[in-house]
Amino acid sequence: MTTVEATAPAPPAPPQAPEPHGDHGAHVTNTGISNEKVAMWAFLGSECLLFGALISTYLLYKGKSDPDTPQPSELFDIPYTSVSSFVLLMSSVTMVLALSAIQRGDGKRLRIWLTTTALLGASFIAGQIYEFTAFVREGLNLSTNVFGSSFFVLTGFHGVHVTLGIVMLLSMVTLSARGKLGQERAETIEIAGLYWHFVDVVWIVIFTVIYLIP
Amino acid sequence: MSTVPATSESHEAPEHEAPGHDGPAHPSDKQYVMIGLILGLLTLIEVGLYYVDIGALNNTTLILLAVIKFAIVAAFFMHLRFDNPILRRLFVTGIVLAISVYMVYLVTLGAYIPGG
Repeated sequence: MTTVEATAPAPPAPPQAPEPHGDHGAHVTNTGISNEKVAMWAFLGSECLLFGALISTYLLYKGKSDPDTPQPSELFDIPYTSVSSFVLLMSSVTMVLALSAIQRGDGKRLRIWLTTTALLGASFIAGQIYEFTAFVREGLNLSTNVFGSSFFVLTGFHGVHVTLGIVMLLSMVTLSARGKLGQERAETIEIAGLYWHFVDVVWIVIFTVIYLIP
Repeated sequence: MSTVPATSESHEAPEHEAPGHDGPAHPSDKQYVMIGLILGLLTLIEVGLYYVDIGALNNTTLILLAVIKFAIVAAFFMHLRFDNPILRRLFVTGIVLAISVYMVYLVTLGAYIPGG
């Protein structure tokens, strides 16, 4: 009968250092992108469908209004709307400068650029309210004809988006002033910026399709 | 289940240096302003085209200019040029889906065709 020699027990494994999540500050997701950012992009993708529906409806009814009612060619003031469009475009520049400022950790410039963006957005909305008022004075309202219905719904929805963006920007100015929006939360500004730039690109399409193309 | 504490390095790293931003370097502030001026110039050309009749090319040029402006804002201001390609796919999918669906919608319901 053979005897089996007992082998020496293996030494216990040294405690392993915990592995960091992701690499170098990566978000703990499969993609390495934060869930909030992916959610915003998915939301913007769905917004394309919303505005696509509104623009398509405008195009569907274009030229089908009663000729005795106000027509787009009689009402649109292209130089005025061009200035509004330029103002909104420039607000995208100030928004991206705000993001750049927070990424550098410059809270003061962040607040300056965010406030400037909000003011430019407010100027755009003021221009839109003036335009709507002028149209109503000319006899065009939501129920005058299909042009009025589709135009007011489309540009009104866009205006509501810009207004929500302004509220978001002013909230961030307040948060920053209270010291709750530091450099480590730059992505919050980036995500708000994505929304703001999106309302800008939607206006680029609206301005061309609704106002400039006869 | 225990959670693994994040390293202090990961807390301090600015978000814009996280993965998904490892493409080309972001533009500087000066470059952003230049991009804004280019967008303003394109808008000026668009408005000019409204008053100048170049025939059938009018609408095509206006749409082309709008597409260029859209692409510039999406690529540079929305950082699609620099970010993770997943985001680009997500957004482009939404746009392509919207354009496809609404082209079918317009054609089916007999939309107004300029000059048609």
